[in-house]
Amino acid sequence: MSKSPVFLFLTLCWLLSITVPVSAAIEVYQFENDAQEERFKELSDQLRCPMCLNSNLSGSDAPIAADLRVEIYEQILDGRSNDEIIDFMTQRYGEFINYRPALNASTFVLWFGPLFLLLAGFVIIWRMGKNSQNSTESSELSAEEQVQLDKILSGKKGNR
Amino acid sequence: MNNRTKLIIPGVFFFLMLGLLLFGLGRNPNMVPSALVNRPLPEFTLPDLAVDAPLISSQNLSGGISIINFWATWCPPCHVEHPYLVEISANEPDLTFIGVNYKDDLDEARLFLEEKGSPFKQVIVDLDGRLGIDFGVAGAPETFIVDSLGMIRYRHVGVINHQIWEETFEPVIARIK
Repeated sequence: MSKSPVFLFLTLCWLLSITVPVSAAIEVYQFENDAQEERFKELSDQLRCPMCLNSNLSGSDAPIAADLRVEIYEQILDGRSNDEIIDFMTQRYGEFINYRPALNASTFVLWFGPLFLLLAGFVIIWRMGKNSQNSTESSELSAEEQVQLDKILSGKKGNR
Repeated sequence: MNNRTKLIIPGVFFFLMLGLLLFGLGRNPNMVPSALVNRPLPEFTLPDLAVDAPLISSQNLSGGISIINFWATWCPPCHVEHPYLVEISANEPDLTFIGVNYKDDLDEARLFLEEKGSPFKQVIVDLDGRLGIDFGVAGAPETFIVDSLGMIRYRHVGVINHQIWEETFEPVIARIK
């Protein structure tokens, strides 16, 4: 088979042409500037897919995740702020959709529970340390006890 | 506090955590509480699935308790629940069953209702899923109970069958009547 430059060029053209539909299947969003794109990434990473429980919008193939990405994209182009978009989502899907839930009475335990447990752990360790210091002090034998102990030990040796 | 009571604390804490874990395991993770319960119906004006019918708007829906069901022909669980919806809508003439055809092929949707019967008084067309987003829908099927004042009172995710109707829908409907 002759491998003329023309043949190679045509093959290349053909290969490039068949890759076009493949890349078109991936969602492509055109932003006006990099800041918008950055915000889109941030929001679709921070918001959770309502269908799949443990994945964010950017990491999910669920149809609803794709719809919500489009929603975020369009709202960014409309000039809405991040807070407005998060409010929009929270009003419809609840706190559930937000991987960084707002601080309020019902999420208080969620935010500060781990910190509280950590502090409680430190307090327990600190108190245990203190107690063991106290107990070493009190475990030192008085002269009287020492004599008693020596007696017992020598008695045992003598029995053997 | 003497040493004996101190020893009980880790045990109590352990059983507390164990109880929390078992409680969590017993819950259905798909039962995400809806943000829209006890809130008014989202506003919309959308086409009717029936050919040449006027637009349906949220204001026209109020009056009586309605059951709003999101469905599509591409959704297998919707096929499963359809016969039951037909049956229950016939048995409950006081309730208004409204369908929302969710991101579907309209011709296929019309054919589906023609062949299998329609439980719905009206079917709203939600071609791009925007109404679904306003309702906080994650996928089809989902069903909402709306009271006579147009307030959403309950959201059900997944198939409706006889047992679910009796155990979850009937009590809510009885409460808001």
